[in-house]
Amino acid sequence: MAIEESENGREDVLIDGQKHGNVAVPDEFNVNYLKLYYAKLFPYADMFKWMSYGNDGKHPACDKYYIGRREFSFTLENDIYVRYQSFNNVVQFENSIKEKCPFKIDIGPVYSVDPAKKNAYAQSGDNVFTPVERELIFDIDISDYDDVRYCCSGADVCLECWPLMTIAIKVIDTALRDDFGFKHILWVYSGRRGVHCWVCDGKARRLTNEQRAAIADYFRVYKGNENSSKKVSLTGPVLHPFLVRSYSEVLEHFFETRLLLSQNIFSTEDRYEKILEMIPDTSATSDLRGKWQTKRGSKEDINVVRWEQLKNTLQSGKYKATGLRRCVEEIVFSFTYPRLDMEVSRHMNHLLKAPFCVHPKTGRVCVPIDPDHCDEFDPTAVPTLSQLFEELNMGGTRAYDDNEWDRTSLGESISFFRSSFLQPLLKSCKEEMESSYNAKLQQSKSSLSW
Amino acid sequence: MEIVKPKLKKPPTSANDAASTLPLYCSAPSLEVRLEDFELYAIDRLRVLKGISDGLSRGKQPEEMEKLVDDLWKEHMGYPLRSEVTNKDIISHFVLRLVYCRTEELRKWFLSNEIVLFRYRFLILSHEAQRLLMAELDLPYKPVTTAEFEGVKEKLHLVARSIGPPKLTEFDTIFYKVPFEEVPELVAGRRVFIYKGYAYVAMKQVVSLVATQFRGLLSKALVLTNRKWTSTIREQEKDRLTPIVEALCTSYLGPDYSQPKEFAEVSIKDIDQVAKSSFPLCMRHLFEKLREDHHLKHGGRMQLGLFLKGVGLKLDDALAFWKAEFSQKVGAERFDKEYAYSIRHNYGREGKRTDYTPYSCQKIISSNPGVGDHHGCPYRHFSEENLKAALSKMGVNSGALENVMDKVRNRHYQLACTLTFESIHGSSNDAGINHPNQYFSDSHEIFKSKNNPSGQGEALGDR
Repeated sequence: MAIEESENGREDVLIDGQKHGNVAVPDEFNVNYLKLYYAKLFPYADMFKWMSYGNDGKHPACDKYYIGRREFSFTLENDIYVRYQSFNNVVQFENSIKEKCPFKIDIGPVYSVDPAKKNAYAQSGDNVFTPVERELIFDIDISDYDDVRYCCSGADVCLECWPLMTIAIKVIDTALRDDFGFKHILWVYSGRRGVHCWVCDGKARRLTNEQRAAIADYFRVYKGNENSSKKVSLTGPVLHPFLVRSYSEVLEHFFETRLLLSQNIFSTEDRYEKILEMIPDTSATSDLRGKWQTKRGSKEDINVVRWEQLKNTLQSGKYKATGLRRCVEEIVFSFTYPRLDMEVSRHMNHLLKAPFCVHPKTGRVCVPIDPDHCDEFDPTAVPTLSQLFEELNMGGTRAYDDNEWDRTSLGESISFFRSSFLQPLLKSCKEEMESSYNAKLQQSKSSLSW
Repeated sequence: MEIVKPKLKKPPTSANDAASTLPLYCSAPSLEVRLEDFELYAIDRLRVLKGISDGLSRGKQPEEMEKLVDDLWKEHMGYPLRSEVTNKDIISHFVLRLVYCRTEELRKWFLSNEIVLFRYRFLILSHEAQRLLMAELDLPYKPVTTAEFEGVKEKLHLVARSIGPPKLTEFDTIFYKVPFEEVPELVAGRRVFIYKGYAYVAMKQVVSLVATQFRGLLSKALVLTNRKWTSTIREQEKDRLTPIVEALCTSYLGPDYSQPKEFAEVSIKDIDQVAKSSFPLCMRHLFEKLREDHHLKHGGRMQLGLFLKGVGLKLDDALAFWKAEFSQKVGAERFDKEYAYSIRHNYGREGKRTDYTPYSCQKIISSNPGVGDHHGCPYRHFSEENLKAALSKMGVNSGALENVMDKVRNRHYQLACTLTFESIHGSSNDAGINHPNQYFSDSHEIFKSKNNPSGQGEALGDR
């Protein structure tokens, strides 16, 4: 077994629960741990069941070749990237991963033919090799919010800015269920600085690129870049009900009770000038600037005070410039509204990292997030590889158990994955399959009758 | 998409509905048509389409267009027997497809006006008929029940206000429920309320969607028709349908003024007065240039000469008129030798004796005057300055002048002329100017009625 040097210069080797040496294990990613993770913890059967969408059963309507048309891609050590992998059964899937030990596993679409054989079909020139099913996916990355968070930037995340992800989950999840009627939705921590969303209803998997783009545009509000001073423009006398609901149920609350304070949005001149830039009335802005240039001692938090002043000024009716009426909302939207990566959602052939992978930079597992309790999710408490192995080892040597993860913090995540997502999904797939099969039978029966 | 197999669904059997059924023109009818009807039906439908095209260029509002389409349809496509209406509808559409499939420009014109026609006819259908039509187009729209509507009314209202102009006069109360996947553009723009996977589409939006479907079908069909035309039909029909088809799209549809009306006769002594009061700008310009230069080149002679014939100038008067001018430049002898013949030719007294018809606006606008020419349409060819000067001289006030210039900039030359007419005569000209002789006779009508009826009007000549 190769020995990896950890950053601290300490070495550690774990073999089947026996620890050699008593040194503290580093949190960072470690190939050995990854190998053991794949050996003992990665939930192959659950993942494969999910991807099969019921086609691994015995029902006559099951398509046993379905799973073989799903693309997986592996990123190996040294950034070697292998695309168009496919597997006909869970054993092949498991063996391939254990053997190759990919640093990252991506999931692609289900194609019309086995992706591993795509070159055979490319010649026929009839576009035979094409995606036919793919989950509706979303990718939200906190570094896209760098212009509105002051505690961290880039790849860093902390508990002060993580609420931005909580907001995104709440807004999008509600819309996906209430507006679009989707039911089988999986939210996953991306391992470092964001979240992914997998919408797995049959209807969602069969959406065309155009329909996916339409949904992404429905969610889109933020349209800026570094150069524009105002990146959210809410035109029109009133807002669409979706935006109204998002604002009143989520955005306003989080802005006023969390972000305003944790990000100190008004506390320095630089910061409040950024807000003033978003107000299209110069007399209103000078009025406010005047108030804020003189720092007044107050028992209350300065951000809260200034926000109140801003709201009062803009909503007082004293200033009448056009574009002023929505300004307060625009500011709140700018600081809180979800910023999706549109490209990820638009195309069926876009790859996305699989849940339960381990992030190579943090060592954290990409665990599911419960949208109903996403306020409680703590990215800094997500199990890391090293943590998991400590937990495994503490269990001592036992009879080989199928469910090793039950001994670790991963157990919770996997239970949640099964009970909240996988089981209802598979039940629904089975029902769908049966009813469409019966419908076809009926049809063929009635067409035969004269 | 091929011209599809014949639709098996029949329209509802009730007699009332048959008349209001809007065909989708999916397949060519297997009806027998008399050759005369082939042309006549097409011409009638063309009147409707041209009326629509005019109405749009004049900037008519949707309510006005609705009425216009209804009137045009009743006037030109009406029939005592309902089944005849549908036959004529379908036949005329397919004939015009042949006519207008042949170039990109023709296809565009036909497509856009047929869509407008379709939209307004769709709007006046009964709800039942609309639903049937949507089903035919494979649009899975379900009307929202009253009970359901009450539940979502406020949200629908909110959406309408979030997208519409602030002064929305009516709030659509008719909505259709459709799976959101069917209306991606509306979803993307947040222009609909969505609930549990269904989009609530307002009537106005439905019409657009239905029209878009129809447009897709017709656009593809036109391309296919063009292929068929060039590959087989044109040659096959060269002795029968082809000449009719080729003539149809350039046909001018109004009266041709080849037979001057008796009461509008003009004699030479009236001509200067009449030119000032009742000539359209194109003819006035030619006339003035003739008086100035005592000469006009060929194009101008034709345009003005035929116009004068249409206005009622008799051959002898015409000869005298032109001679009086030309002889000042080229001498009487040369006039007799070189120019008199062609004037007589215009009146059908020479050569093959064709009685030439005065040029319509369409023809005049499309001509291209060169150096030294004064014919053509001044709204098209004059510089802005010159045009403004000329119009002011005619008596167009400055307010109207701006409107006229606006039409000119948008290349609506006939509308510009119509506005000029309206400004000078102080009354509206709803039909719009399509022919210089029409301008003249309309103007003449007005002056006649303005002066006392005993007939001491300006423009009456000798009898």
